[in-house]
Amino acid sequence: MSSITVEQPIVKEPAKWTLPRGWQRQLGHGLSYLMLTLLALIMIVPFVWMFATSLKTREFILETPPRLIPDPASFDSYRQLFDLIPIKHMLFNSILVAVVGTGGQVLVSAMAAYAFARMQWKGRNALFTLYLATMMVPSQVTLIPLFILIRELGWPNSYQALIVPGLFSAFGTFLLRQHFLTLPRELEEAAFLDGANHFTIFWRVLLPLSKPALATLAVFSFMGLWNAYLWPLFVARREDVMTLPVGLAVLQGGPRALTQWNLVMAGAVITVLPILAVFLLAQRWFVQGVVTSGIKG
Amino acid sequence: MVGEVGFRKWGWVAFFLAPSLIGLLVFVLGPILSSLGLTLFDWNLLSDPKFIKFDNFKELYHDKDFWIAFKHTLMFITYYIPSVLVTALITALLLNQRLRGVSVFRTAFFVPVVASWVVVAVIWKWIFNPRFGLLNFLLAKLGIEGPAWLFDPDTALYAIIITSVWKDTGFVAVMLLAGLQNIPETYYEAAKIDGARPWQRLRFITLPLLTPSIFFALIISLINSFQVFEQAWLMPERFARSGTTVVVEQIVNNAFRYSRMGYAATMSWVLFVVIFAITFVQIRLQKRWVNYDL
Repeated sequence: MSSITVEQPIVKEPAKWTLPRGWQRQLGHGLSYLMLTLLALIMIVPFVWMFATSLKTREFILETPPRLIPDPASFDSYRQLFDLIPIKHMLFNSILVAVVGTGGQVLVSAMAAYAFARMQWKGRNALFTLYLATMMVPSQVTLIPLFILIRELGWPNSYQALIVPGLFSAFGTFLLRQHFLTLPRELEEAAFLDGANHFTIFWRVLLPLSKPALATLAVFSFMGLWNAYLWPLFVARREDVMTLPVGLAVLQGGPRALTQWNLVMAGAVITVLPILAVFLLAQRWFVQGVVTSGIKG
Repeated sequence: MVGEVGFRKWGWVAFFLAPSLIGLLVFVLGPILSSLGLTLFDWNLLSDPKFIKFDNFKELYHDKDFWIAFKHTLMFITYYIPSVLVTALITALLLNQRLRGVSVFRTAFFVPVVASWVVVAVIWKWIFNPRFGLLNFLLAKLGIEGPAWLFDPDTALYAIIITSVWKDTGFVAVMLLAGLQNIPETYYEAAKIDGARPWQRLRFITLPLLTPSIFFALIISLINSFQVFEQAWLMPERFARSGTTVVVEQIVNNAFRYSRMGYAATMSWVLFVVIFAITFVQIRLQKRWVNYDL
């Protein structure tokens, strides 16, 4: 709006200082941007600080005042980190566990969801209620027997220990069942008449139509596996199967490094970059998942 | 269903369900039941488990360390829940405006959510470092002498709470944002015609209509915060730990440090019952303040 003078009604109002409508909106937007920028900076600066510290050389870490832009900047700490711990192998372990675990969980959940959503059988609802009931139990309750079971199976310090217990997610089954229920039945009825069997329908009809739901579950599963700390800490302590978060915690707390902050931050950068990339690519489904489930992964 | 009878049908049900059901029985349901059974035993994994009836519960009742950890957990919740709900609400209200570039901001709020707790913990340990950290440097600029944070049992828990609020704000905000976007535009238009000022619209339209989402966010945050662990385990310095031990830390210590499997299982069941009871009470109380229709 360009006109500054707004025609006031003739009725006398109590004197009140107001800006013209258009200006008010501009001011409001300006304030919103200001607050958003401030809050976003609070969220991002710690990560910038992490990256900056990782580029500093040893003698400059403890300088005061602390500098946000390192001078001189170098990748020395990354080189040292690669010499100090088998971080490349940890990166490999993390990727392997997250990729295989995610693929497995999505497949197992989708198959069970198909049986619950698209087939009629006796006891179906009772069994589904049981699935839902297990979702209420916090993971600490199963932690101890699960640890004992892994020992009995001879699985400590193995990839199975990291992957297998996470494959059977009642949450994943629930999420995909809800989605399958929304798809029209006519789809598979037509396919059945053409002589297709259940597997063909599941694989060729339902899964391709469920890509968003599958992606949502996959993103959560991947994030959960990638960031997992408590479980790997106790079943995968050996370096050959150790994942990045455990390795990073060892680096930070262990006597070996005596907390060289530039090395620790280099490790943090390597741990966070892959998951950040996945998030940026899959942001849409991640947001959708938080909204529908409140699960953090 | 079309084209299937008896035996063949059950074959297909088994085919689709078996992997999930067998896995769930072995790795979820079995452990839940054996954990309940374990509460009645004394077992260090080396000798045979000994049946001791309710002795674990009796010991827990008198276990000072456990109740201190419980108190710390409640303190964490007392400060964390209101803080995270308020910051998330402000964030969600800001993100809900039709502003250009708002999705970039939303992404920024989510970066701490997707980062692993280990990464967040090492970053904030460094920021909270009393001598060389960013925070006390900034406080000094304002003329405030910052505390020793994670080096002091009296302040370590607050540092952990601040970090947790920082990490989870974006997560809670997105839940609230979904609720905000479901409020029909017509309510605001009607209110504008009636001359309602912005804060009146917030007070009498937005907040009441947002209560279901706030309730959902509250329940999820409560359940999560009773299980607080990683930050309390990773952040404080060794001599500040006396001020930060939480319930899950006690479970982990008893199981993996002292090999007291039965006792740790008992703690986990007490935690479960507490979470269950609190959630149940919240669901009961929601009638008093949650509007599902207007």
